[in-house]
Amino acid sequence: MVNPPLSVIGLPGIAPEWSRQASFIDSQNEMRSVHALDTHCEPSSRDNITLTLVCVHGNPTWSFMWRKLLATAPVGVRVVAIDQIGMGLSERTGAIRRLEQRVDDLTRMVAALGVTGPVVSVAHDWGGPVSLGWVESVIAHTESQCTIQGVVLMNTAVHQPNHSHAPALIRLARTPGILAMVAEKSAGFIRGTTLLSGSSMPAEVAAGYRMPYSNAHRRRAVREFIADIPLETDHPSAAVLDRIAEDLTLLDHTPVLLQWGPGDPVFSDIYLQDFIKRIPHADVHRYEGARHLVIEDASQVVGDLWSWVASLGESPEQHSGDEAENVNLNAAIAQRSLDASPAIITLAERGSARDVSWSSLATVVDRMARGLALRGVTPGDRIAVLIPPGPDLIAFVYACWRIGAVVVITDAGLGIRGMRKAIRGAGVTHCIGIDRARPLLRTIPVPGLRLSMRDLADVVREGWAPSPSSDPLPRKSGDEAVVVFTSGSTGPAKGVVYTHGQIQRTCDLLTQHYALTPADGLVAAFAPWAVLGPALGISSAIPDMDVTKPRTLTARALADATLAVKGTLMWASPAALANVVRTASLSGVSPNDFTTLRLVLAAGAPVSAQLLTEARALFPDAQLRTPYGMTEVLPVCDVTLEDILEAGRGNGVLVGFPLPGVEVQIATLDADGCPAPDLTGNPDVTGEIAVRADHMRDRYDGLWFTNSLASQNPGWHRTGDVGHLDARGRVWIEGRLSHVITTSSGVVTPVGVEQAVVSLDEVVSAACVGVGSQGDQQVVVVVTGPHAKSVVASPELTSRVRLVSGVDVAAVLIRDELPVDIRHNAKINRTAVAVWADHVLSGHSR
Amino acid sequence: MKVLLTGGRGLIGGVIAQELVSRGHEVTVLQRTPSGLDLHERLTEQLGDIRDPSVMNHACKGIDGVIHAAALVGITGSWSDFESANVQGTQSVLDAARLAGVSRFVYVSSPSVAHSGRALVGAAAGVAEPDLVRGHYARSKAIAERMVLAQSSATFAAVAIRPHLVWGPGDEQLVGRIVDRARSGRLVLIDHGRALIDSTYSTNVGSAVVSGLERVGRADVNGRAFVVSNGEPRTVAELVTRIVSAAGLPASSRSIPYPAAYVAGAVVEGVWRLSGRRTEPPMTRFLAEQLATAHWFDQRDTRQALDWRPEVSLDEGFAELRNWYVRAGGVAD
Repeated sequence: MVNPPLSVIGLPGIAPEWSRQASFIDSQNEMRSVHALDTHCEPSSRDNITLTLVCVHGNPTWSFMWRKLLATAPVGVRVVAIDQIGMGLSERTGAIRRLEQRVDDLTRMVAALGVTGPVVSVAHDWGGPVSLGWVESVIAHTESQCTIQGVVLMNTAVHQPNHSHAPALIRLARTPGILAMVAEKSAGFIRGTTLLSGSSMPAEVAAGYRMPYSNAHRRRAVREFIADIPLETDHPSAAVLDRIAEDLTLLDHTPVLLQWGPGDPVFSDIYLQDFIKRIPHADVHRYEGARHLVIEDASQVVGDLWSWVASLGESPEQHSGDEAENVNLNAAIAQRSLDASPAIITLAERGSARDVSWSSLATVVDRMARGLALRGVTPGDRIAVLIPPGPDLIAFVYACWRIGAVVVITDAGLGIRGMRKAIRGAGVTHCIGIDRARPLLRTIPVPGLRLSMRDLADVVREGWAPSPSSDPLPRKSGDEAVVVFTSGSTGPAKGVVYTHGQIQRTCDLLTQHYALTPADGLVAAFAPWAVLGPALGISSAIPDMDVTKPRTLTARALADATLAVKGTLMWASPAALANVVRTASLSGVSPNDFTTLRLVLAAGAPVSAQLLTEARALFPDAQLRTPYGMTEVLPVCDVTLEDILEAGRGNGVLVGFPLPGVEVQIATLDADGCPAPDLTGNPDVTGEIAVRADHMRDRYDGLWFTNSLASQNPGWHRTGDVGHLDARGRVWIEGRLSHVITTSSGVVTPVGVEQAVVSLDEVVSAACVGVGSQGDQQVVVVVTGPHAKSVVASPELTSRVRLVSGVDVAAVLIRDELPVDIRHNAKINRTAVAVWADHVLSGHSR
Repeated sequence: MKVLLTGGRGLIGGVIAQELVSRGHEVTVLQRTPSGLDLHERLTEQLGDIRDPSVMNHACKGIDGVIHAAALVGITGSWSDFESANVQGTQSVLDAARLAGVSRFVYVSSPSVAHSGRALVGAAAGVAEPDLVRGHYARSKAIAERMVLAQSSATFAAVAIRPHLVWGPGDEQLVGRIVDRARSGRLVLIDHGRALIDSTYSTNVGSAVVSGLERVGRADVNGRAFVVSNGEPRTVAELVTRIVSAAGLPASSRSIPYPAAYVAGAVVEGVWRLSGRRTEPPMTRFLAEQLATAHWFDQRDTRQALDWRPEVSLDEGFAELRNWYVRAGGVAD
């Protein structure tokens, strides 16, 4: 057949000199012509090559899709992107090429293109099986010219998971008649692929993808490729694909990176989970929002790939603590299995309460654990749990921990879409939820159990045994226990993995620092903390409130809960505490209702000294402390009200000394607001706060690059908060890294400015944001409180704001209220405020 | 050095002349009518039309650097008037300067030469675009600026300085008009004056232009255009209120929405055109747009290249303006 007369000249992002043709003899002894994009076409230019990327496209794309990799290749790295036979600008042959032949072709093409030495293979879509078949043969046969240093896979598959159907789109395309029509006779399949991209692809890029497939003859292989997908077990390629999947064990000592667009309607998360099962050591990053053509949809993919390649050969992060040590979070439940006193008290309307004693908790957990195991839940299985905080959730969590299942906990603060994304991303095997969560759970694909609360009651019944089982197998410290999610106020929620050991160490720290004993009673006004009650060995009470809305907690409800559990310590979010203070006198609640409290912890969002002072009047016998921490590590620091008042105003919020065993350091910000790679313990330097502690999170789930960024200083967690240490070693929080304002005269952090502005009489709340571009932003302060006809504050208020803030404020604007996060009702969404301020100050535009 | 400054009668010309003298340069100012500046041996004056080659050739003799600040400014007027004064005028100054072997040339331009009407938020200077800009004035300045910068070379160093919204004591263009309106109760803001805009205190323009003259031979200055401002963008509401307060008048909180202002501008333009009036109309569509749209600029490059900082801050500038009104007797201190 003749070579295609097409060329890459004029295509966006392609250097014409990358384009080359080479010949090889295929297994039928035919001379074939392959086209490739190659950063080093000239053999003489390859002298100092230390690594080659071999990139294999899928169907119906071509080497064009790898152009950004070629364009950004570091010095000493060669990138070769081949066009499979019949595809791209490679030769059109007369006959269908099946998977086995394509793997063989690739082996010969790589040799013909002069690829030798260390190689990282990169593949997408149906390029995955082809590329993996070649990789496996290289690893298995030592005489190869190449050595595989790593494998990168994007939205591909090697196996149809047993419990699932083939992608509907592929099944449809495979229907006889339709196949030829969409794939060959029309450009439908080709166009469809670029439409499957999530971003609105520039027209010239979409045209670049379509270029080699301009007529039916040129599209023939597109159809044949689809026809070669072994959906049936007796398909000629089925055995080959199965062997490729089985031989993935050959990759046990090869680094693997999975870069995934979770919005792919063809290669959905099911296939990602299949890979994770087959290659447990793979580094995984899901690009939330990206679809099939993940390399086009997510701008970070290429940069991330290079940083992963650069990390090859580095030793992985060391975990603190002994991974193999035994841990038993259920120890207190077991110890108190004969104790009839309440473990969990749930308050309902009008002071009525439901008690669960330690002994009944022990019984329920024991039976539930056994029942779940009987239904097929095995250690390591992930279970999505959509049960609001309360006795049912607590029993379920400890039952799961007992049998080694991992609970995936989302909260309503993420919103329905956020929860769905979070659960899908966590790759759960089973799910359980209350009736209200059923519509959401129905959209989550699970291979295992899908339980309602009624089902759970059955599970407990099924778990009945004549006598309680002996002590469960202790879990290992390094076993995963839970996946919880960040609030997602800055981008999609991130799943955070904690192991049994990390939770145990968190409990140990809380017990030690707050001198907890079994005689204590916890008022869990921030409901999630009730879950830790049994592990801490203390009883807890959950006040009557809508746990998803902290502002619904009244003083009366808190007083009832305190009385019920004879509460000695209380954990509340600032928004809840503010409402308690507000409603106290109205509902006839007085300090007399809280005399048992010795410790009040306010945490979850910045707490003002004013709120704490007001709260102290209500809890005169208790010490008020505000712990600082985050989903990834909690607590980090804490501080008493007295210390806050004594310190007075500073640049930010004082959160106190790091707790015993916790270290805090600073990554200094440069003029563009970027944190330095190294950390410093020097005082009065503003930068990103980094934390090192034994009890911190294990890692981010399925976000390898987020994880490597947060863990760039080995053993440390980059928090995304900015602040500084003072001369005494105390930590001050100045805001979020993403909210830092970069002016031409330096960086401005928001919290200190906001605190100063809120001290003005007419101001209720304030947000300090930047408008304009990085490095040349103007500071704008948006306030609530003043009544005004105009969105622009009066000159008098503006000059007062300038005076107290001490920074060059371009404008002061007035709003009715500021947007806050759902979870805590307290964290100001400064990003949204900045967008609004920019819009207002742009005036009439466009 | 010996400097020829065209347009010494205006606010900007005056501050440039003073800055030149204070930095020890020898200055000749040239315009059609007397500048009103305090003349002495290092600040002399020549009267004449810049479009007259004989006037210009004579004026450029023995001169090291030319600062061309003379221009016809306005939001109304015919294209032929602007073309003649600003395009032909600049060509004439340029020709004479080249003929006389002048090695430095500063063109006092305007940010409007690169402004198509969109909001400018932390904008860079941008290239002058005669075909995209709004109004005859901006178009004529854009053509002239391109002519000047096209001539720049190693032996003829040229730079364009674009001061943004200049105000100060004695300014009739901006301060005078706002105060007049406030005095007659006709001051109205558009959309509450929420657009963020840059402005420049007058004497800061003088130092920026002279810095441009002194550094024009450098590679990062020669052939380029720089927007100059105080680098302290403020809302229109704040600027207007502070100007009015400096004049001792009460602030106005009256505001109309942008569409109303735009329509009013169109109506007024129509009436002025039909009735053949030659005065400046109180509102035009261009003015409505200018007063309702953000325009502020990234000053980092300007400050770096010109090695210049505004010496007078907005706060200090408004205090000066207030003193000026007090001295003028219009305001009780």
